Amino acid sequence: ASGAYPKRVKVVEVGPRDGLQNEKNVVPTPVKINLINMLSETGLQVIEATSFVSPKWVPQMADHTEVMQGINKLPGISYPVLTPNLKGFQAAVAAGAKEVSIFGAASELFTKKNINCSIEESLERFDEVMRAAKEANIPVRGYVSCVLGCPYEGKISAAKVAEVSKKMYSMGCYEISLGDTIGVGTPGSMREMLAVVMKEVPVGALAVHCHDTYGQALANILVALQMGVSVVDASVAGLGGCPYAQGASGNVATEDLVYMLNGLGIHTGVDLQKLMDTGTFICNALNRKTNSKVSQASCRL
Amino acid sequence: MGTVPSALKHCLSYQHLLKEQLWIAEPPAAAHPAQEPQASGLPEYIKIVEVGPRDGLQNEKVIVPTDTKIELINQLSKTGLPAIEVTSFVSSKWVPQMADHKEVMRGIERHPGVQYPVLTPNLQGFHSAIAAGATEVSVFGAASESFSKMNINCSIEESIERFEEVTKSARNMNIPVRGYVSCALGCPYEGKVVPDKVAEVSKRLYSMGCYEISLGDTIGVGTPGSMKKMLEAVMKEIPLSALAVHCHDTYGQALANILTAIQMGVAVVDSSVAGLGGCPYAKGATGNVATEDVIYMLNGLGINTGVNLCAVMEAGNFICTALNKKTNSKVAQASFSTGTTN
Repeated sequence: ASGAYPKRVKVVEVGPRDGLQNEKNVVPTPVKINLINMLSETGLQVIEATSFVSPKWVPQMADHTEVMQGINKLPGISYPVLTPNLKGFQAAVAAGAKEVSIFGAASELFTKKNINCSIEESLERFDEVMRAAKEANIPVRGYVSCVLGCPYEGKISAAKVAEVSKKMYSMGCYEISLGDTIGVGTPGSMREMLAVVMKEVPVGALAVHCHDTYGQALANILVALQMGVSVVDASVAGLGGCPYAQGASGNVATEDLVYMLNGLGIHTGVDLQKLMDTGTFICNALNRKTNSKVSQASCRL
Repeated sequence: MGTVPSALKHCLSYQHLLKEQLWIAEPPAAAHPAQEPQASGLPEYIKIVEVGPRDGLQNEKVIVPTDTKIELINQLSKTGLPAIEVTSFVSSKWVPQMADHKEVMRGIERHPGVQYPVLTPNLQGFHSAIAAGATEVSVFGAASESFSKMNINCSIEESIERFEEVTKSARNMNIPVRGYVSCALGCPYEGKVVPDKVAEVSKRLYSMGCYEISLGDTIGVGTPGSMKKMLEAVMKEIPLSALAVHCHDTYGQALANILTAIQMGVAVVDSSVAGLGGCPYAKGATGNVATEDVIYMLNGLGINTGVNLCAVMEAGNFICTALNKKTNSKVAQASFSTGTTN
């Protein structure tokens, strides 16, 4: 069980997108750009910048084109953006995106409530994106939501997660990020789910996207690492509450994740102090306290 | 992702989810086919030692009245918790929050099958505790000389001598003694703490008669990496069955550290209802790990604790209301905020 850990872990920073999208307060475009620029200086290799979705649905990401065009794109850093359909993909590419993400789910009810179609229909939509992306040589990352539980269906079968993951991987996604959307997972359910998914998708193509709504995120991530997963999503300062539980936390904080990985001797390339400074910046801009315990503890003595 | 507002309108409330999902609210039924704790190497049963009324309240800014403490302990006694640390027989000059130790000890309901240990820093405290009806006591050592000096104004060796007086008297009266080792993964004064030092102090406490050694990450700086190294050193000197971990969540590492410990076979975990008890060394930072969050994790791992999570959350809600503070338990936060109900 507590065998060898990966020597390196790639941290995928989702604060500017997943984080800000789920914050009560909206920040102006220059603040978003500054946030991403600061994150680019921390050593993070992947920073999810924005979402090319209609501002009617997600007003917080309405400035996607300006953000994409305004940020410093440092060499060696990837700035993926969400593209829910072909239209969004085309807008993203026109704005300079070089990597995109698509969002599936392991729950029919969640898919229906979220994007008003079935899982099968959503994958058909993504197929268009995949084809266009392949032609343009643009890598696509696939997300699977509700892998450890659904706010509508409750329990989710690991087999379903594996089925959706396999489909998205076969369509051409280079990586599948498995999301515990409502944070209900535990090391027990994480292990069980990964064991089944790893039969269908190679572990090198898997990532975990854990929410800390029930405080389980780091323990869940630890188990994933023990099983060979080496890509972990996190959000600076733990930005992004849970839309399904008012006042509850959402994304796991990047600072707390990096602190743990440092303690395990796992290489991330991330400068924790610079990361904390970035967290302080965005929390001030949002007029909120950080959700990162490492950050909280470090303003001390 | 997608339309949040309509999602809020229709989703299950968390209360509903709790009732529906066995793994969230209740301890696992016996022989759950999908879970094989034995196969995974994890203990089948973990004893939770609830330190909220002592360690928790001692480190809260607001002091609660004696009646409130008694009510809290009585509520905790009904949750299935096997051990509840009640109070501390230390001079009220040092720890005013525990000044009512006698009244609390005498005022609580004693449920059969539940232990009610109390802290006794020296022989005087021990006698006082026994007079007040205590049937189990704890002594607190440290793996750091500086911490020992700053905390109890003597060296580790001198503190060991004091504790030996306690364990000798305790043995004569058939009173079990639990030993704590503070700063097991780091010290607010010395920084890094060597695992061998933790092993050495643990061994001294165990040899003098402590039936269990609780290894405390006092400032919460530990990670699964340092937890593993420390436990490997200590396990050379102390049998696994006599070890407990007392993790602080100051850096958010507690559950990951506890998971590491139980993967190595540790089967006793300290925690504090609602995560009571901040960190005296990091202003505004959290301290003890929340009992609710630990139980949630253990339930999900198919590990039996005998504890009813909902009952603990209710006790947590009670004391947080009394303290006029928000809970530090994420499980409680997520469960009491229902978003919108259908």
